[in-house]
Amino acid sequence: MRILSLALRRLAASLPTLLLILVGLFLLLQLAPGDTVDALMAQMGGGDPAQMEQLRSFYGLDAPVLVQLARYLWRLVRLDLGFSAIYGKPVSSVILERLPVTLLLMGISLCFAFAAGMALGVLAARRANKWPDALISTLGLIFYATPSFWFGMMGIVVFAIKLSWLPAGGFEEIGTGATGLARVADIAWHLVLPVSTLALIFLATYLRIMRASMLEVLSLDFVRTARAKGLSQTGVLLRHVLRNALLPGLTLIGLQAGTMLGGSVVVESVFNLPGLGRLAYESVVQRDLNTLLGIVFVSALLVISVNFVVDLLYAKLDPRIVADR
Amino acid sequence: MSLLSIEGLTVALPKGGDRPDALRDVTLELGPNEILCVVGESGSGKSMTAGAVMGLLPEGVRATAGRVMFEGRDLLALSEPELRRLRGRRIGMVFQEPMTALNPLRSIGSQIGEMFRVHTRLSAAERDARVLALLDQVRIPDPAAAARAFPHELSGGQRQRAMIAMALALDPVLLICDEPTTALDVTTQAQILQLIRDLQRRTGTAVLFITHDFGVVADIADRVAVMRQGEVVEQGPAAQVLNRPAHPYTRALVAAVPPLAPPATRPLSAEAVLSVENLSKTYRKAGFLGRNARVTHAVRDVSLSLPRGGTLGIVGESGSGKSTLARCLVRLLDPDAGRVSIDGQDRLALSKPDLRRDARRIQMVFQDPYASLNPRRRVGELVAQGPMVHGTPRAEAMAQARELFGLVGLDAASLDRFPHEFSGGQRQRIGLARALAMKPEVLVADEPVSALDVSVQAQVLRLLAELREQLGLSMVFITHDLRVAAQLCDRIAVMRNGSVVEEGAAAEIFANPRHDYTRALFAAVPGRGWVPPVAYGTETA
Amino acid sequence: MSLLRRYLRSPAAVGGLVLLLLVVGMAFSAGWVFPRDPLSLAGRPLQWPGASPRFWLGTDNTGRDIAAQVFHGARVSLLIGIVATAISIGIGIVVGALAGFYGGWVDTVLMRVAEAFQTLPNFILLLVLVAVFGSDIQTVTVAIGIVSWPPSARLTRAEFLSLRSREFVQACRVLGMRDARIIFREILPNALPPVIVYASVIMATAILLESALAFLNLSDPNVASWGNLIGAGKNVLRVQWYVSAIPGVAILLTVLAVSLVGQGLNDALNPRLRSR
Repeated sequence: MRILSLALRRLAASLPTLLLILVGLFLLLQLAPGDTVDALMAQMGGGDPAQMEQLRSFYGLDAPVLVQLARYLWRLVRLDLGFSAIYGKPVSSVILERLPVTLLLMGISLCFAFAAGMALGVLAARRANKWPDALISTLGLIFYATPSFWFGMMGIVVFAIKLSWLPAGGFEEIGTGATGLARVADIAWHLVLPVSTLALIFLATYLRIMRASMLEVLSLDFVRTARAKGLSQTGVLLRHVLRNALLPGLTLIGLQAGTMLGGSVVVESVFNLPGLGRLAYESVVQRDLNTLLGIVFVSALLVISVNFVVDLLYAKLDPRIVADR
Repeated sequence: MSLLSIEGLTVALPKGGDRPDALRDVTLELGPNEILCVVGESGSGKSMTAGAVMGLLPEGVRATAGRVMFEGRDLLALSEPELRRLRGRRIGMVFQEPMTALNPLRSIGSQIGEMFRVHTRLSAAERDARVLALLDQVRIPDPAAAARAFPHELSGGQRQRAMIAMALALDPVLLICDEPTTALDVTTQAQILQLIRDLQRRTGTAVLFITHDFGVVADIADRVAVMRQGEVVEQGPAAQVLNRPAHPYTRALVAAVPPLAPPATRPLSAEAVLSVENLSKTYRKAGFLGRNARVTHAVRDVSLSLPRGGTLGIVGESGSGKSTLARCLVRLLDPDAGRVSIDGQDRLALSKPDLRRDARRIQMVFQDPYASLNPRRRVGELVAQGPMVHGTPRAEAMAQARELFGLVGLDAASLDRFPHEFSGGQRQRIGLARALAMKPEVLVADEPVSALDVSVQAQVLRLLAELREQLGLSMVFITHDLRVAAQLCDRIAVMRNGSVVEEGAAAEIFANPRHDYTRALFAAVPGRGWVPPVAYGTETA
Repeated sequence: MSLLRRYLRSPAAVGGLVLLLLVVGMAFSAGWVFPRDPLSLAGRPLQWPGASPRFWLGTDNTGRDIAAQVFHGARVSLLIGIVATAISIGIGIVVGALAGFYGGWVDTVLMRVAEAFQTLPNFILLLVLVAVFGSDIQTVTVAIGIVSWPPSARLTRAEFLSLRSREFVQACRVLGMRDARIIFREILPNALPPVIVYASVIMATAILLESALAFLNLSDPNVASWGNLIGAGKNVLRVQWYVSAIPGVAILLTVLAVSLVGQGLNDALNPRLRSR
């Protein structure tokens, strides 16, 4: 399948980028004042230099930088992300514990933001420059300008504190031992506010892109041809404009994947969700650089995979891509 | 009894347009089973007329007076749903740019089939069968494959055939064609014109054919209407308007059509100022891991020579390599092999810094008047830039610019205006002044008049001829239009697929073309059998 | 100036400009209206807005004047926004121009680097930079600038790619102009407008990024940033929610203003699109 080979080619092209990221970050972190051992010492309340030397050689932190880098890259290839001194567990298992929550949060937010953004964008474009458009566009702009953490907190104030409709945080009720459908419902209940918060900003962006894209496509020649064939406005929209206008939005998903992951750091902190974003924050505060690097690696992998899927979808929708080689 | 009767139609433009009305008091008549050509230059309102008939005017543009009577009903008074029923079924339309007029994401078959889906109740299988029959009717090679193909997979001519098939799908009584062949090569244009003519005769459809090309009018029109600035200035049977035009504007337009016979031969120097030997340029598009690499031989082993003071015309269709050749001559592109010498100096052997310093020897005039001038610079500066870059002090360069403006027929007072304040023809003159400021030995003109209206074209061609005499210019003139080539060129080289297929004195080639392709090119020129009744260049608007 | 007239035709753009001028006014006047250090203790903690005539917007949980922090915070946000945007656009234009004009391996290498920056979630990269280099306000500002350069580079590159093959650039090459002159004096003035408009987007993002960092207590605690105040208010969200609400509104209005101005500029520079 030509589409698959095209996407695989793009994937292969992103490997050097991944390498660049990892090498760059590793070298960057060498510049950090203090390392894991210093942080550990601080946690344990101080220690003598001999102990620190021992720990350093245990963690391999006394070797020259290039050797450490080579070892690190070699370990990454085998998907061994190192050991977290703070959590006392391999970094990969710490990450794997937290990954599902973040994936769930991001996945649902993405779907919601995309669908709602697209729909509102179409509505705004249909009545361009009239009051529904002005209303939708203004709302979109306000959502875009709202700091996500603030919106989350205000959401908590209104819905959790004042109205008590939704929980103020956490992933699920701990200790109830609920399973199956009840558990799913419980988690869903807890995710309503976080998802709305995370989706909000991206909804605004998709809305704007979709509206601009629709207006752009509506001015293209083949829309005039469709009208000349006798199609109604709805027919023109559905059969000709929509698919063409969707393409930039699709590209945007790929570009925004990273931003959304970054947004989850803040949202998970506000709502106390045990996800990857929160983990990143904690490892910065606790100077657990191994974990931080591991999270960066996983984030990069995540963004690359999202882009891979987007490339596949795009090539499926646009026949010109595969042919243009 | 006319099929379509436009009576006193006035269409208003929104505030701020260059004139208050797009169309003013337009009256046209089209009978059944005849072809009416509406002829005019850009801004004449001819496309707007077509839009008004279909009810497809742009946003903010409305009909304010008059009627459009079609089959006894006033189209302007109909509601949108009623108009929609007519569109496609009783009135079909073919647009100018087939690449953009078709949805790039859907196959040809599905777009043609849409006609049936919107207006009839045929089943999918029946629709597919009809689509194939239609594609066959318009003589597309391999209709089944074409139906499955996407627009970008077909050639320009095939796309236009598909559009015609789509427009004729439901046997409309009226077909509106808005410059359907303008974007096509001359040989393809001839084929499409013939197709339209044949289909019209077979089906008895009335055709409203919009064009700017009088040659096309001579080839297919039964009746002609001439438009200018939104008004109809003359209307009548083709024989009358073409051979005995009454209105001065029509006469001026006819006088601007370059005749197809070359002017008298001039005495030429035996010495060659520019000589091209075995020039080749190949484009390689790398494939994955070395497979599927695409190799395009843009220029293949071309050898030419330009006599001093003479004009060499390079004639070819799109893809012939003429533009690539032009760019190799000025070294905007570096050829892969061969030699280009000016006055004996090998241009290709020069290093980049040397080339920059010696730039004055050969200069270029470009095709697109809107893209060839930096929109943020005043035109005086644009002309003076060249000499200033090479060390001429500013005051002197600007004085030269002023002189050049006079030479090319522009007002010296307009030196500090910006490009957007000038018309297309004036911009080409500025481009010419810019090139001449360097006092080049050779001037390469890459389709300099192709983007201009026919009346403006005549003026610029006349200017080039004058300058050639005054300055003793040696010129390489690239064009796809044989009529234009006939006006200026002493020698002609015909290119096809990167090679020169025929070369020689213009008079000889026009009188007696030897290569098959050259003969096909001549045969395809629209209106070649028609002799304009007004001598070229004798009357102007 | 016809550009100004076109800009003023849109009510939204005018509104944005007015709002922005208000924020700028707040930033300028902060020193006179609230001459004392905004982070110093001013009165009893957790007073509601309007409860005391001295504190228009009340006090936060450590007794600092909220109104003072809002006014001084305007300075911080605008400064960070402007400096970070300048850094980001500066890097972006240079990289984009070189990549777009020369193409070839220069383009490939530069775009790979841009891609590397873009594959990483920019907030996480920001976290890493702050972890390595510290939290003082200069570092944060530079870090935000560094994290945001890829989009402006891509935009500049796209403009250069399209302009490079435009005939007026080819004409300059035929005239014998040097590359540097062509890049800076011919292409760049034509390529800049979309990038300038994009600057408003970068500025909006910069303000939001800094406030997010401050909220997480990772920005400079010695600066009266709006984000810091929101973060402080997290602990008293249940009852004294105004401590977090007020600075958030300030951020919203500022970013809104910047975005509206950017959009207005875009529409004014592309009059063709406005009529749709």
